[in-house]
Amino acid sequence: MIEMKDVYKKYSNGVVAANGLNVKIDKGEFVYVVGPSGAGKSTFIKMMYREEKPTSGDILINETSLPKLKNRQVPLLRRQIGVVFQDFKLLPKLTVFENVAFALEVIEEPVESIRPRVTEVLDLVGLKQKARMLPTELSGGEQQRVSIARSIVNRPKVVIADEPTGNLDPETSWGIMNVLEEINQRGTTVVMATHNKDIVNRNRHRVIAIEGGLIVRDEVGGGYGYEI
Amino acid sequence: MKFRTVRRHFRESFKTLGRNGWMTFASVAAVTVTLLLVGVFVSIMLNLNKVADDLEKDVEMKVYVELAADEPATRELENLIRETPGVAEVVYSTREQELDKMVKDFGEDLKLYEQSNPLREAFYVKATEPQQIASVAKKIDEFPNTYEVVYGQGKVEKLFNFLNLGRNVGLVLILALLFTAMFLIANTIRITIVARKTEIGIMKLVGATNSFVRIPFVLEGIWLGILGSLIPMIAITFGYLEFYDYAEPRLRGEMIQILHPLPFLYIVNGLVLFMGIFIGSWGSFMSVRKFLKV
Repeated sequence: MIEMKDVYKKYSNGVVAANGLNVKIDKGEFVYVVGPSGAGKSTFIKMMYREEKPTSGDILINETSLPKLKNRQVPLLRRQIGVVFQDFKLLPKLTVFENVAFALEVIEEPVESIRPRVTEVLDLVGLKQKARMLPTELSGGEQQRVSIARSIVNRPKVVIADEPTGNLDPETSWGIMNVLEEINQRGTTVVMATHNKDIVNRNRHRVIAIEGGLIVRDEVGGGYGYEI
Repeated sequence: MKFRTVRRHFRESFKTLGRNGWMTFASVAAVTVTLLLVGVFVSIMLNLNKVADDLEKDVEMKVYVELAADEPATRELENLIRETPGVAEVVYSTREQELDKMVKDFGEDLKLYEQSNPLREAFYVKATEPQQIASVAKKIDEFPNTYEVVYGQGKVEKLFNFLNLGRNVGLVLILALLFTAMFLIANTIRITIVARKTEIGIMKLVGATNSFVRIPFVLEGIWLGILGSLIPMIAITFGYLEFYDYAEPRLRGEMIQILHPLPFLYIVNGLVLFMGIFIGSWGSFMSVRKFLKV
């Protein structure tokens, strides 16, 4: 499903964010990516949806090599991947419904299939009742659920979440985790970068720990392993 | 592209025009001012060209015949001139006709000369290419029985040089104005785009193609260009009609004429509209490009 081979990434300012990453993530897995700040977690995540290109090495998603992908093919890759951010990245002038529908409009889905599909995912994340509200009228946790709804609305095979609970209080974070677990239960691969020790320790899944651009631990069912 | 998508792009581009209120106004104002200047310049240039052509066509040389030349010798000279390459037209003028012209130009007093006319016979010669007048004159000057060739030596060349300079300067000014307008539009649209950077980023992340993101912006640029060219087109049309009504009667009977409003106004307005659309779409195309690299 996702495979990295000897991935090396050096930014133009000289920072080495990936120093020979080798990892394989199978279909349907739930993977935590942990590590201290500046360890290379974000680069690891960004390279998966090709916001960043590795300096050398290869990244395969469903047999497609991302470094070899032409720029105009990137949109097609992104349609197979849902991305969730720490800061939600919702459009403030659009309603909850429109924010989610937006992801289908830009890939030119037929209008008649947009409405039922959006209603379906809003139901999944528990926001069907708030479809007509604006993001600013929602709590942080609700906004993040809208963002998750948007990431899965086009049925991606992978959902990549970069610190999805980073801005949320513990209570709300569990709500988000439940949604992600639910998505994973339905067969979607989930890769989640996080600092949240409680979540990693309680919802046990595979843990990939990155430090200094290297994978220092890769353990199925492992704990967070860091003391903050 | 699907028809539904095309409709979406149009709707989207109109929506953002309204949403960006003041920025839209600023861009349109920038385009208006520039196109107005360009339009006026183009009008002046085209008329200058016309005047230059008229002047060039009017440039002729006067060939004086030797006093000693008799009737056959004069005919022979006329034939020689006609056969000279580059000669378009030859008109013969007798001594009496020459005097009549002098009288007309300088007054009745000269009628005294009717008793003993001191003037020479002359040929008025036009060149096919006004620029070649000097070389043609030189050839004619060498024929037997040519007394002198006069065409305002030096002055004609200066006039041509001046007209050419005028044309080139005008062209450079127009290009500079267009460049400025493009820069202004690109910048204004860039500001509206910066405000929508997040939106573009999200579009890219959920898998929108570059053209899908770009088309509404380019359309918006086209609307800005069209809106910006409206006032210049109206102003140029009415302004030129006024000017024509003022200038045309005064130039009647002169060699110099200005261009008739039709098809002149179609050409200038078409050019203004085309440039508005071009700078609008190109400006936004260039500014959105930067934000597509997500």
